[in-house]
Amino acid sequence: MKVAVSATGETMDSPIDPRFGRAARFVLFDTDSGIVESADNSGGAQSAQGAGIQAAETVSRLGAECLITGHCGPKAYRALEAAGIQVYIGAEGTIAQAIEQLEEGRLRRADGPDVGGHWA
Amino acid sequence: MIVAIASGKGGTGKTTVAVNLALSLPGPVRVLDCDVEAPNVHLFLKTNAVRTERVGIPVPEVDADLCNRCGECSRICRFHAIAVLGKTVSVFSELCHGCGGCTRICPEEAITEVMRPIGVVEERRAGRRHLVLGKLDVGQALVPPLIRAVRSKSGAGETVLIDAPPGTSCSMIAAVRGADFVVLVTEPTPFGLNDLALAVETVRVLGIPFGVIINRAGSGDDRVHRYCAREGIDLLLEIPDDRRVAEAYARGSTLVENVPEMRPLFESLADRIVAMAQGRPSHPNINEARHACR
Amino acid sequence: MPAGDTELVSLPIARDQAVLPRVPELVVISGKGGTGKTSVVASFAVLAEKAVIADCDVDAADLHLVLSPVFMETHTFVSGHEAVIRPGDCGATGTCQEVCRFDAVSRNDPSGRFVIDPLACEGCGICFEFCPNRAVDFVERTCGEWYVSTTPSGPMVHARLGIAAENSGKLVSTVRHEARRVAVGNGCTTILVDGPPGIGCPVIASITGATGVLVVTEPTVSGAHDMERVLELAKHFDVPAAVCVNRWDLNPDGADRIEYRARDQGAVIAGRIRYDPAVTTAQVEGRTVVELGGPAADDIRNVWDLVRGWLKC
Repeated sequence: MKVAVSATGETMDSPIDPRFGRAARFVLFDTDSGIVESADNSGGAQSAQGAGIQAAETVSRLGAECLITGHCGPKAYRALEAAGIQVYIGAEGTIAQAIEQLEEGRLRRADGPDVGGHWA
Repeated sequence: MIVAIASGKGGTGKTTVAVNLALSLPGPVRVLDCDVEAPNVHLFLKTNAVRTERVGIPVPEVDADLCNRCGECSRICRFHAIAVLGKTVSVFSELCHGCGGCTRICPEEAITEVMRPIGVVEERRAGRRHLVLGKLDVGQALVPPLIRAVRSKSGAGETVLIDAPPGTSCSMIAAVRGADFVVLVTEPTPFGLNDLALAVETVRVLGIPFGVIINRAGSGDDRVHRYCAREGIDLLLEIPDDRRVAEAYARGSTLVENVPEMRPLFESLADRIVAMAQGRPSHPNINEARHACR
Repeated sequence: MPAGDTELVSLPIARDQAVLPRVPELVVISGKGGTGKTSVVASFAVLAEKAVIADCDVDAADLHLVLSPVFMETHTFVSGHEAVIRPGDCGATGTCQEVCRFDAVSRNDPSGRFVIDPLACEGCGICFEFCPNRAVDFVERTCGEWYVSTTPSGPMVHARLGIAAENSGKLVSTVRHEARRVAVGNGCTTILVDGPPGIGCPVIASITGATGVLVVTEPTVSGAHDMERVLELAKHFDVPAAVCVNRWDLNPDGADRIEYRARDQGAVIAGRIRYDPAVTTAQVEGRTVVELGGPAADDIRNVWDLVRGWLKC
């Protein structure tokens, strides 16, 4: 299973980025093969509106089935839900630690956005 | 002839000027209330409803059977209103500006457009006066398309007065663009001057001739007068800071019907504006106007 | 007591924090323009202890005229794009005009070439995409500037939206977000926001997620009408609302009716402010009403006390 994590850097020991839509990048970890990939999110980070939607498109295209992040806004949540991606929020620390938190069941599965959007 | 009444600052008296000018102009008059977020003209100009129309923006609807998820629609959209997510295409219609790009670009012709309502346009009438007003649905974000819908009800052979929204951004531009003349209403205070200067800059960029009306004259200082003199801007009228004026407004009554001295002022204002919009020279005598109020 | 200093030192701003803790935020709006919102916010800024002031009326910002800001930082605000035709490459096919939904393209040149009006261009990029001669440039648009300043009453974040710029609310959100950064970095306990008029995009951007909104209205038919629309907006976005009638003694019956309607719509009544020429005098002198004193100043103090209690800040 491919797990996407909003990240500040490319490697597993980089700190996570608690934002989703405007995260610097995404790191994808395949729990079966152990392969790590990463993708830049500069397009999303800079867009005037709909950053969460663009970020959701990116992680969806990369084949993520799960997303780990700190917080998720309303449009981002809608987009991730449409993409069939399960969202886990409240992660802290490095990417490796976040994945460990997921595997140990310590992360909250989001059933809706947990922060307000930037503007309508 | 199309005359727009605008201002940088809100609450300076645009609606007051538009309404009283409408009552003072000869011949048929059409008022377009383009302050669609907070339309007020209908509170002062008594009219009867003729027709109401729902106005919307064309937003995409995707036929999932024809869609091959190529992502061209998402690529072309500058507003992130359409995205390929998982096995379907999602439309975020609140972000859509109605540009039609996704509909055009789709190689499978899988996209059609449906109306997303943003507000209403009401047409109203009383004798030779027509009023068209736009009212934005509460919660809607995008404003200019509704203003353009109000502007499209221009009619023919009438003098058109546009009550523009305050400010100098895209909404004001949508209301004022294409007018023959702009009347900028301000008050003689620091806020009034600051925002007037922004509005003057905007109207100059639009390339439309304009003049200034000072409302609540006497309530602040003379910095606006000095600014107009410095900039060579025509001062069309001064409405005095008179309690009767404020009370008539508070009640929803018009000046020309309740404060008799105002009637000749608005009639000569109407003449001056018609002359200026037609490019004829006009010979203002602002001092006459001032003395008439005392 | 005014907080904050006016020395020219860098303001501590929580730049390294990606997600900021919430700070109590009061947004002052009106629906209708000209009801006295900015004058009230300016006085609140003086009365508040440890507040950050955010001027979100980016289309016609006036707060800086009465709070004596010292500008510390200026930032360019870039948002969206605009299309520009390169005349040399234009093949005059008219495709741009055909596809443009915003009436931004015209044929002005005697040579028959097409030109785009930047004031009407929506930045959708369709002409750029479909021009058969690839003669359209699609460039980023600088829409304005935003600033971080210090004032005798605390730090202030404000902005200036460019002429004809799209007023999407993005600049408003930027000002709010930066105000929050400054608040967290300086240990401020409140954010006071001077909101824009109306009920569209910029107002929505100014109130979403706020602790509460205070609607400053006036006892007129227009004031009542627009207050109802703005209260509906606050309810739509789940933000608690309070109402204060300014210049209430110009029409006491009107003021009573407004408060009745406001309560009906679930708003709290935060007091009333009398008509007072000192309000204009203060503005002319570049100061706030409470610094000058008088009946309106007393009433504003009462409104502030009520609002503080209501928001617990």
